[in-house]
Amino acid sequence: MKMKKLAAMALAGTLAAAPAMADLVIPDLSYRTGPYAAGGTPFSDGYQDYFNLLNARDGGIGGEMVRIVECETGYNTEKGVECYESTKGEGALIYQPLSTGITYQIIPKATVDEIPIHTMGYGRTSAANGEVFNWVFNYPANYWDAASVMVNYLLDENGGDISGKKIALVYHNSAYGKEPIRTLEELSSMHGFELTQLAVDHPGQEQKSQWLQIRRERPDYVLMWGWGVMNQVAVQEAANIGFPMENFIGNWWAGAEHDVTPAGAGADGYKSLNMNRIDADLPVFAEIRTLVHEAGNAAGDGSNMGSVLYTRGMYAAMLAAEAIAKAQEIHGVSDVTPAMVRDGMANLDITEARMAELGMSQIGPEFSVTCENHGGSGLGIVQQWNASAGQWVALTDYIAPDDSVIDPLIAEDSAAFAAENGIEAGCL
Amino acid sequence: MLYREAGDFKTSYVADNQTFPLKLDRIGFWVTMAVAWLVIPFVINDYWASSLLVPFLIYAIAAIGLNILTGYCGQVSLGTGGFMAVGAYACYKLMTSFPDVNIMIHIVLAGGITAAVGAAFGLPSLRIKGFYLAVATLAAQFFLVWLFNKVSWFYNYSASGQISAPERLVAGVAVTGPSTPAWAQYLICLFFVTVCAVIARNLTRGTVGRSWMAIRDMDIAAEIIGVNPLKAKLTAFAVSSFFVGIAGALFFAVYLGAVEVGEAFGIQKSFLVLFMIIIGGLGSIFGSFAGAAFLVLLPVALKWLGVDVMGWPTDLVAHFQLVIVGALIMFFLIKEPHGLAQLWRLAKEKLRLWPFPY
Repeated sequence: MKMKKLAAMALAGTLAAAPAMADLVIPDLSYRTGPYAAGGTPFSDGYQDYFNLLNARDGGIGGEMVRIVECETGYNTEKGVECYESTKGEGALIYQPLSTGITYQIIPKATVDEIPIHTMGYGRTSAANGEVFNWVFNYPANYWDAASVMVNYLLDENGGDISGKKIALVYHNSAYGKEPIRTLEELSSMHGFELTQLAVDHPGQEQKSQWLQIRRERPDYVLMWGWGVMNQVAVQEAANIGFPMENFIGNWWAGAEHDVTPAGAGADGYKSLNMNRIDADLPVFAEIRTLVHEAGNAAGDGSNMGSVLYTRGMYAAMLAAEAIAKAQEIHGVSDVTPAMVRDGMANLDITEARMAELGMSQIGPEFSVTCENHGGSGLGIVQQWNASAGQWVALTDYIAPDDSVIDPLIAEDSAAFAAENGIEAGCL
Repeated sequence: MLYREAGDFKTSYVADNQTFPLKLDRIGFWVTMAVAWLVIPFVINDYWASSLLVPFLIYAIAAIGLNILTGYCGQVSLGTGGFMAVGAYACYKLMTSFPDVNIMIHIVLAGGITAAVGAAFGLPSLRIKGFYLAVATLAAQFFLVWLFNKVSWFYNYSASGQISAPERLVAGVAVTGPSTPAWAQYLICLFFVTVCAVIARNLTRGTVGRSWMAIRDMDIAAEIIGVNPLKAKLTAFAVSSFFVGIAGALFFAVYLGAVEVGEAFGIQKSFLVLFMIIIGGLGSIFGSFAGAAFLVLLPVALKWLGVDVMGWPTDLVAHFQLVIVGALIMFFLIKEPHGLAQLWRLAKEKLRLWPFPY
């Protein structure tokens, strides 16, 4: 009797879990647990809320409802692979793992399975070369752009000359943190600044020795490639040693509210890059509030709305939705396949008019993607934390990276990847 | 009734000394082998391979390796993650330096290199024991991870510091790289598991294994009856590291395809494998498999139950997973300190007497 009941329950469970077909399936490889959850949670909330908004407001994309399949990775590559394998069978259209480690892991797999990956401002930088990485996109900007934008900003601050300056790079000791080193080394020989590299091991709670070294060597500027709990610790340590915060610049993954609030007033003046603007008054947020949150469909507890990473997650979802819409337009069908979405991404054209129409005017730069260039424009802004007001203030307009430095590096790295994997460069 | 030794007569020493003296055990073993070799390869898909079976098999090799050192020879090691990293990086360097040599040879050579490194780090075990040795192996763990992060020769100077496995074929079928079919990935791991388990089982039944166990049970007494502690301890470190190295090479080349040393082979990997042998049963080959299965399958099963069946939020399930796995580990350690292998032994004892226990 008991067994029968159990069996019936199990059967009911499987039936309930059976996927409804003919939806647009968007996997969300999120991480709401572990040392990186502070960054993963708002991004995932924004990502899901935007798709829920499309479902509630427009009935999905082009008449097809979006179904989000969330899978918790904990920023761990093994779990990321498991998530990839368990979600791809459901007809996943596009992956955004929000982890450089997982991205490296799934680039070869997704290329074979022919599912596009969008790594917005993270992942493998040389994926900007669309002729080698047919299935990987990293628009609107990548790490090497970020490194170059930082140096350009410093050049601007110093009247065009930073030769002899000492710049320290504090980085997460992983593929993510090591990404900018090549570019910064190149830029250091070009502009004559002295680069010191300070690695911080996962998860980044222990940085005493690195900041002791900074205190001893007194670099003019500190750049940071940090994520998760590492950012909070770094900002706190910088405040502790009395490092001038306005000379401390994080990249766009080291510039969210939760990174600076723990240090309180000590974090005032800390700068970071951003690839999207933040404006809590965007009309799209009001729509999400009424149509998603008040309808009880919020992905998280709804408290992250309008924050840096929530906005970026929503921006990522918007770019994915626009790519799907583009794919529907190109192929003339609403029920698109991953290969069609790839075409949509490769022909994506984001204009200010379209962003304004979507209620997120000026959220990102205008850019267009081509089959050859998957990297977008590479623009970034510099923002500064105002501790008393508790908000990020944009200091600059979009700053362009130095493409003459980055393009050869991308060509070199992607050629190495192509040779290693026997890929013949070309458009699909 | 079903499971008994009555009537199972041995007429030669060979028959008496075989690995599975009971007929039913032999049948069970061959059925398992037949299912593993002849059925699963035909029904396996990507999800089952990458999420369950391949990690299970690879962790089983690592657990066998650590069990030889800790379970059979009594030397506590927290360096498993570091030794797996040695296997992975050795395999990577061999694969990229000698692309024409068969990957199977590279994996075995990677095991050999790890054995040498393991024996070197085993030298302190001649002087120190117990917790102190654990700390010495912990140093090996941190040193090796630091080394592979710091010296860019190990990762062929790649910008990201990651190593990624190029495609390699065995008998015309890709076994590493993205286009590897699920069954090939599974079979190559199964091959190494089978060979390693047979070797380990026979080593532990022979002279070497008995000298390890003598050292484990009381090293002074063992020395008095003529066991050479230098030889016994160093062979245990070498053999153990050989298996762990093979596991590391497979973990990198076949399972993940690209790894980052700090994340893939950090201290938590050492603890994970140690938990496997503690839960599975120290000093038992079966226990290594049981422990690996428990810790690989349980999180996936809990996730499936929580997210897919019950529809709970993913973060809640992830947190529950930690709670449940932790609670189960404590439960097992309190209820059965000798692990799942002992439960299995007890079950067999009961089955012998069933249905007329006394």
